Amino acid sequence: MRISGKGLVSHNRTVNFSFNGKDYMGLEGDTLASALLANDVHLVGRSFKYHRPRGILTAGSEEPNALVSTGKGAARDPNIRATQQELFEGLAAQSQNCWPSVERDVMAVNDLAAPFLGAGFYYKTFMWPAPLWEKLYEPIIRRAAGLGALSGAANKDPYEKAFAFCDLLVIGSGPAGLMAALTAGRAGTDVILAEDDSRMGGRLLAEVEEIDGKPAHVWVAEGLAELEAMDNVRLMPRTAVTGVYDQGTYSALERVSHHLPPSQSLKTAHRPRECFWRVAAKASVLAAGAIERPIAFRNNDRPGIMMAGAVRAYLNRWGVAPGARITVFANNDDAHRTARDLVAEGVHVTAVIDSRHDAPDSGEFPVIKGAMICDSAGRQRLESVTIRSVNGEEKLQTDCLAVSGGWNPSVHLTCHMGARPEWNRELAAFLPKPDAVPGMVVAGAANGVFSTHGALQDGAQAAVTALAGMGTSVDAPPLPVASDAPYRISPLWAVPGKGRAWLDFQNDVTVKDVAQAARENFRSVEHMKRYTTQGMATDQGKNSNVAALAVLADATGRSIAETGVTTFRPPFVPTSIAAMGAGAEDQGFKPQRYLTSHKASLQRGAANIEVGLWYRASYFAKDGESTWRQSCDREVTMVRKAVGVCDVSTLGKIDIQGPDAAQLLDLAYTNLFSTLKLGRVRYGLMLREDGFVMDDGTTARLGENHYVMTTTTAAAGQVMAHLEYLTQVVRPDLDVRFTSVTDQWAQFSVAGPKARDLIDALVDEDVNGETFPFMACGAITVSGVAGRLFRISFSGEHAYEIAVPARYGDALYRLLLERADPFGGGPYGMEALNVLRIEKGFITHAEINGTVTAFDLGMQGLVSKKKSCWGKALSERDGLMDDDRMRLVGLKPVGAMQVLSAGAHLFDPDATVERVNDLGYVTSVGFSPTLGHMIGLAMLSGGPDRMGDTIRLVDHTRGIDTLCEVVNPVFFDPEGGRVRG
Amino acid sequence: MRITCPLCGARDRREFTYKGAALPVPALEAGVAEWDAHVHLRDNPAGPLEELWQHDMGCGAWLKVTRNTATHEMLGVALAQDAGLAIKEGQP
Amino acid sequence: MQLAAQFPCAGLLPLTIGDVTLTEDTPAAMTLIAPYKGQEKPLSDALNAAHGMGFPAPNRATGKADARAIWFGRAQALLVGPVADPELAAHAALTDLSDGWAVVRLEGARAEEVMARLVPIDLRPQVFKRGHTARTELKHMMASITRVGPKALQIMVFRSFSATLVHDLKRAMEAVAARG
Repeated sequence: MRISGKGLVSHNRTVNFSFNGKDYMGLEGDTLASALLANDVHLVGRSFKYHRPRGILTAGSEEPNALVSTGKGAARDPNIRATQQELFEGLAAQSQNCWPSVERDVMAVNDLAAPFLGAGFYYKTFMWPAPLWEKLYEPIIRRAAGLGALSGAANKDPYEKAFAFCDLLVIGSGPAGLMAALTAGRAGTDVILAEDDSRMGGRLLAEVEEIDGKPAHVWVAEGLAELEAMDNVRLMPRTAVTGVYDQGTYSALERVSHHLPPSQSLKTAHRPRECFWRVAAKASVLAAGAIERPIAFRNNDRPGIMMAGAVRAYLNRWGVAPGARITVFANNDDAHRTARDLVAEGVHVTAVIDSRHDAPDSGEFPVIKGAMICDSAGRQRLESVTIRSVNGEEKLQTDCLAVSGGWNPSVHLTCHMGARPEWNRELAAFLPKPDAVPGMVVAGAANGVFSTHGALQDGAQAAVTALAGMGTSVDAPPLPVASDAPYRISPLWAVPGKGRAWLDFQNDVTVKDVAQAARENFRSVEHMKRYTTQGMATDQGKNSNVAALAVLADATGRSIAETGVTTFRPPFVPTSIAAMGAGAEDQGFKPQRYLTSHKASLQRGAANIEVGLWYRASYFAKDGESTWRQSCDREVTMVRKAVGVCDVSTLGKIDIQGPDAAQLLDLAYTNLFSTLKLGRVRYGLMLREDGFVMDDGTTARLGENHYVMTTTTAAAGQVMAHLEYLTQVVRPDLDVRFTSVTDQWAQFSVAGPKARDLIDALVDEDVNGETFPFMACGAITVSGVAGRLFRISFSGEHAYEIAVPARYGDALYRLLLERADPFGGGPYGMEALNVLRIEKGFITHAEINGTVTAFDLGMQGLVSKKKSCWGKALSERDGLMDDDRMRLVGLKPVGAMQVLSAGAHLFDPDATVERVNDLGYVTSVGFSPTLGHMIGLAMLSGGPDRMGDTIRLVDHTRGIDTLCEVVNPVFFDPEGGRVRG
Repeated sequence: MRITCPLCGARDRREFTYKGAALPVPALEAGVAEWDAHVHLRDNPAGPLEELWQHDMGCGAWLKVTRNTATHEMLGVALAQDAGLAIKEGQP
Repeated sequence: MQLAAQFPCAGLLPLTIGDVTLTEDTPAAMTLIAPYKGQEKPLSDALNAAHGMGFPAPNRATGKADARAIWFGRAQALLVGPVADPELAAHAALTDLSDGWAVVRLEGARAEEVMARLVPIDLRPQVFKRGHTARTELKHMMASITRVGPKALQIMVFRSFSATLVHDLKRAMEAVAARG
């Protein structure tokens, strides 16, 4: 029921919305919850396990019951808290966890079966027989349990991630947070003030209170105006700080557009739903307030039973009385304010039931002292409560019960780095451990300071302390005048009696469940949590944790301090995966690296393959070719018979200069580079410190103290970091400088018997056997553009690699293809490149897989005996030089199945196929059009000693079981005549 | 976690790559036993530990970071080139 | 016959979304200058003599729009604009990187807000001032970012990343503009 003119909503601006398909009207400034209460709608959802009717309990992000779904189709948002969802024109929300409707929910039958569904039900019932888990138990549980459901379709709504920085992060904008922000802001500090609510002010918006003689919300508005005018202060409403991490890193979730109607225009189509912030702050003030806790009694979960502070908030902020005859049940003075405020607005208060004998009297409403509420009645809405006092039990007609069991300071964020809160008997609450988080000062209700005056003072002092930690000295500012009412409480967790008294509304956990957990020896609070599910799901027990552990303490005969709390972990509020993973979907998952030949390749029919971050041409489909194999076979033959062109720019290129350049290379490579002649290229092998092969490649000597190293595409980054390691950590005395020039040069392989003809005609210089013999390099020009030419080969053919600055890459590639055409040549892709190199027994990272040594690859000859090198010491361990190690061989099929497969394992033909008989594995395979059959490379135990042997190849994944022959890994032109010719 | 690079200032951990304990590098000729100990036989203290990180997404510097592995407290960061880990003798 | 040159962001830029503009810069030359041991001072003098700016301190850029020396990481700077005087080679390794990096300019009152979606460092003008530069990451790409005007940032990534750079910046520009 709305109270005309009351609250901070706009009474003359109506907003239309629908709930469960029915149309309603609210006001601007309403949340979905306040608008529903204004329309007298209390039943909003069904509980998790027993599907009991549930109503709105709170007025904030701790809400366990009022979870709804908004949006349609792929954009459906489940588990939206109605207490946070701001009303907008056209908002359509639905209840969850009920079918066919919230009023008539079929699964409510679970409630009747409750005696069988108690604590540990899942553990006890679904244990045996195990095979039924997947088929029977899990589907049943999944259908019955769970809160809101996702649509199942990919959500195309935009979300974003962002970074923010400040000196002081103030978390919460109630009296403490606001005062902290004002104090720091006035001192010129770089401040972020983050507030979970859509409107800043915290409890000051929900209370009838005066500050400096003004209504509290007016003082808030003035303070905010002052902060807004400061360049050094950034206000972040709708932003919940969700986690605390090392060195002043905080995560926060901003609800950017949940409060706005779906986008209608192109411009706002990109407006994110949420933004996941990472905030780096030198210090923080935690002023997150406190959360009111219920008292457990029989049937305390009926719609209409709410938190006393929430009733006050709905009244004072939103001008809504959640009932016509309201009763208050409390164990502390604070809740009496609810009755006071209601009476002041003319709402009938039946009585305040206070469990304390020394509760304060009131002239405005009846106070029943030393009494408790022990039961409630009503089907889908509260109709009456039962009061138990020294006079016995008595029924009281009421349609709303405002409950307060006291307040729990929001200490969650102080625990994210491992600290545990400390029990305070006087306040009957857990308080943050001092210095729980480096750089964080806790203030106000979060720190157990509950009066307005106390919170203002604590907030100001917190800012002074935090600034002092940064070396900024400021005086505590004069404080505005505010009430300093004491907080008096006498603990009451659960009203004794029969029946089910609810502790955790979201997970349907009762006092009995906790006691049963204790009886079954789940005495640790962490065990009790998991056994009963108390404190799980979206609210993470924000309302129920302390009461549950108090009941556990009672059941186990320990104190609350001894019992302790479960571990509070991030995130403080539910955070969508879409927000945390924002920007990483589709193309954003990882960056793409494109070659300068990319467009021209596509025009030639290239299919692309991802190689690390690079996109390379896999094969070039010509007219009439319907499979990649046809294209690949043609390209291999083209290179062997004429000439092929392939973009090899992805190989890492590192330019190395300086007086000690040669020394660095001799350190990094197993073989000697200081002896390499100017204008020559040498193949080299690099080891890791444990002696296994890191990478291979060629390095060219361009000048006395100038080399250019190439790495494999796969290991380019690793080799760069390794060289930095060698020159900064291992040998900082070396005077050598290097940098990546991978992207500077577009480099193309031109391979085949016609390669020289093509190159000689293309470049401005003469290219022949004398000017560019095998393994020579030098400067050339192409149409006046300065480039480099390397006579190197990865195909075994007479070949060159020609490099020009990348801006000319596209033009040179097109020119190379144009010149190759008359020779019957053309482009070749990764598939052909792979077959060509397997035919020659050349290795890639398929072979250099982190478990192989130079010895395994038959390259021990490349490990120079004249010098030491990185990794050599450990490469000489006995076990790494054993003849029986898996060593590189070639394979060709000899069985009925003329097939080889990479990843297959090798066995003796007579041995059974099991792990103990495993002799090795296949690393690379391809069909060689040159030889007319498949060929493969493999790592085989004692491989080189098994030449000519027949071996069994088994690949269970692909259903291959065949025989093959062990052969020399160099299948083609073993003498190397072609490459030198 | 944030690491204060001596060159770039305080940066988010995502810019850095971890290698392992910062230990003096044995001479290349030191032999299998010493190298084995260096590479494989390392302490794993719950408490302060000197580690090598590279600021690979930043300035490229290798850093010796002193960090409490139990609390994640940062106790100091220095350029590895000045950390005295280099090979001392028997250079190639 | 002539080989046609193509710049990294050809066909992708310019781009204006809201009040933020993204354009490509195509400096005549870019040279990495890495001083040899003990040569920092003579190099700085030679650089001053040849190009009118000293060797930059970490996180700083020297020079001005048409000739800038940008600190480019540990013990190196990138000379952007003029072709490096070969005499500098007496003091430093010189490496031509004119084609190695894509260079774009992000300009507008909300340029920093766009960057806050992509870069884990504080680029607000009161912190990241004129003449400041940083090596950092932009959405998993190694990047160099330099303030080149009160509302303008120069962003560089490896050339092959240019399409992703434009894609990521465009997305962030759209998101910022859409917030209104």
